[in-house]
Amino acid sequence: MSKIDCVAMLLAGGQGSRLGVLTKSLAKPAVQFGGKYRIIDFTLSNCHNSEMDIVGVLTQYRPLELHSYIGIGSHWDMDRRGGGVFVLPPFARDQGGEWYKGTADAIYQNINFLELYQPQQVLILSGDHIYKMDYSLMLEYHRDKQAAVTIGVIEVPWEETHRFGIMSTNGEGRIVEFQEKPSKAKNNQASMGIYIFDYAVLKDYLRRDAEDTATSHDFGKDIIPRMVAEQQKAYAYPFNGYWRDVGTVESYWEANMDLLAERPELDLYDTSWRIYSENLNLPPHYIANGSSVKCSIVSEGSQLYGNVDHTVVFPDVYVAPGAQVKDSVLLPHVRIREGVVLDHVIVGPNTVIEAGSIISEQETNICEDAALKKYSGITLIGADKTIAPALSGAKK
Amino acid sequence: MKRMMGIINLYNSKDLLWELTRGRPLAAVPFAGRYRLIDFTLSNMINSGITNVGILMQGNFRSLMDHLRSGKEWDLARKREGLYFLPPVTGINVENGFPNDLSAFQSNLDYLQNSRQSHVVISGCSMICNLDYNYGLAFHQEKGADITVAYKEMGDLDSYPYSSMLGLDEDGRVRDIEINPVRARYRNLFLEMYIIEKKLLMELVDSAVSRGGTNFLRDAVMKNLDKLKIYGIHYQRYVAHLMSIRSYYRHSMELLRPEVWRNLFFANGLIYTKIKDEAPTKYNDSARVSNSLIANGCIVEGTVENSIIFRGVKIHKDAVVKNSIIMQKSEIGSGATLENMICDKDVRISAGKCLIAEPHYPMVISKGSLL
Repeated sequence: MSKIDCVAMLLAGGQGSRLGVLTKSLAKPAVQFGGKYRIIDFTLSNCHNSEMDIVGVLTQYRPLELHSYIGIGSHWDMDRRGGGVFVLPPFARDQGGEWYKGTADAIYQNINFLELYQPQQVLILSGDHIYKMDYSLMLEYHRDKQAAVTIGVIEVPWEETHRFGIMSTNGEGRIVEFQEKPSKAKNNQASMGIYIFDYAVLKDYLRRDAEDTATSHDFGKDIIPRMVAEQQKAYAYPFNGYWRDVGTVESYWEANMDLLAERPELDLYDTSWRIYSENLNLPPHYIANGSSVKCSIVSEGSQLYGNVDHTVVFPDVYVAPGAQVKDSVLLPHVRIREGVVLDHVIVGPNTVIEAGSIISEQETNICEDAALKKYSGITLIGADKTIAPALSGAKK
Repeated sequence: MKRMMGIINLYNSKDLLWELTRGRPLAAVPFAGRYRLIDFTLSNMINSGITNVGILMQGNFRSLMDHLRSGKEWDLARKREGLYFLPPVTGINVENGFPNDLSAFQSNLDYLQNSRQSHVVISGCSMICNLDYNYGLAFHQEKGADITVAYKEMGDLDSYPYSSMLGLDEDGRVRDIEINPVRARYRNLFLEMYIIEKKLLMELVDSAVSRGGTNFLRDAVMKNLDKLKIYGIHYQRYVAHLMSIRSYYRHSMELLRPEVWRNLFFANGLIYTKIKDEAPTKYNDSARVSNSLIANGCIVEGTVENSIIFRGVKIHKDAVVKNSIIMQKSEIGSGATLENMICDKDVRISAGKCLIAEPHYPMVISKGSLL
């Protein structure tokens, strides 16, 4: 495949407000995930592994950490001559600037970027999902079908169909009906927010959408329904692998826990499809005498002296002797002091849990703190906090 | 203006790491779970602000080239200066018969000449530590020294054969040097590191080569002990001197002491190495791990005690690894037992095998073996 056949546009401007304090100071795609990665690593690594060499990353919400993380794309081997990764934040024009009003508007505002390359197809991606997917196969499918647009779809449980855009297709995979977050779904094929458009068609629809003040300028809500209604050749591309939207604290925790299964659905150890990430240059981790570490993943630079069970441990984490950590996620540079008990807790980067703190579903003995919030049984603690037990007795 | 440049000298007179250096130079020997020996020397230079490093290559250096490539991971892929490979001189230009470090210096005098820096740090690769050469430079200037060499005072002489030792006077001036004595007479282990003004280095090299010299330490330095002011600077912190399989094993095991781990990896800056993009290490339900250093990309289902496990190693169910070093991408089959072993890269131990060596006399299984 030659380079300008397809340009990828990665929507990474989302705030991810349902991730609570995890996105307090950074955009959702920059949130750490899976023991060493950030969420956007999965999509960018997919791009690299699928030989999508030109990727525009559209940013908006709290972009500092995300921008500096993406840099010139070296982590994903995308610092290439004549290609690579381009960060595309909203910008000012002669008539003043404006924010991206929706996913479609974000692409439309960067039409200049696409004009530079004049690709045949444009791949629209979202930086919010955890999955491994070969986009080049989807592009082949799109071309075989001579489609105007191809939408990546995945089967979801029927009871969750109301959260997704649902596709009904005919026998050949052509989309005949599209329901956005239906209360009564006719199908359980959900849109993954991955689209391949013929560039000419995309330009036409984006222009018409921009002129229409009544729309929300969103691919799922406006562009796709309109294309289906106008009998454009829209096809569904079925995807069968692991795919998770980690949009909420619960789903973030669950997707982290998925990696701890005996045979995880998402294989991070497959050398033919590596997930690339930043490198912190830390030494191997150390597991001390008298500690117990099982059903867990642990990253470089960590020092574990206590018991760690069914937990995701990021780089440079310290767990002191006598501490017990279970079903939890410890983000980078976390310090867990002596005798701490954690169960179902997500601890934000650089946070210190002082000796004797107990945080579990049954019991909590720490001071009431705004940094700590519960999400159906999971406690989320923000970044850069110090958590200590309450002075007098245990509080329920 | 940066005042120091670095030269890493890969010519070593005695190489006693046997199996571990069969297919690679000493500098490329894996160490500490994810590094090669040269990473420590290079990182010390980078962390001291040196941005111009030349490597005097020797022997079978393909694996070393593959490791270093452009020098990007050490921040040495630069438009101006950066990493320079200085390959061995072959053919008619070798006047003294066989490749040696003095002729390597001699044939790269133009590289030295063209460098902007006024001082040169010269270091070998078998002394593993984490230090700042700026202290050495300050000492060098304070003493008004011609050459400053680093040493460490050792306790037990018998455990350091095949090393160079320094005899110092009360002022710290070097009065005598022993190269690879079988039984040392001095307690000051030479760390194979020099600081010297570039102009003087060039002059010493040229003068030594023109008198038939072949060995930098012997012919350019020792022969000038009386004429030059050569001072020793004492390095107090942890040094691992790798000159035998036993010392390699012993120093590897010392990494399991948290104070050594902290000192070697963090004292003056991080140690950089080639990135492998491995996932975090996964421990399953049956994993039992204690007192071990484990790099990324491993899958551990068995028991690991007092061991160093490199990147991408698989340890299957009911396997027991004790007091051992398992290098990159090796695989230990289920039910296998390893004690006091060093497995080089890509070793596969099939299920149920039992390999136990004597404590303190580890056995090496060479690269790519299938047992």
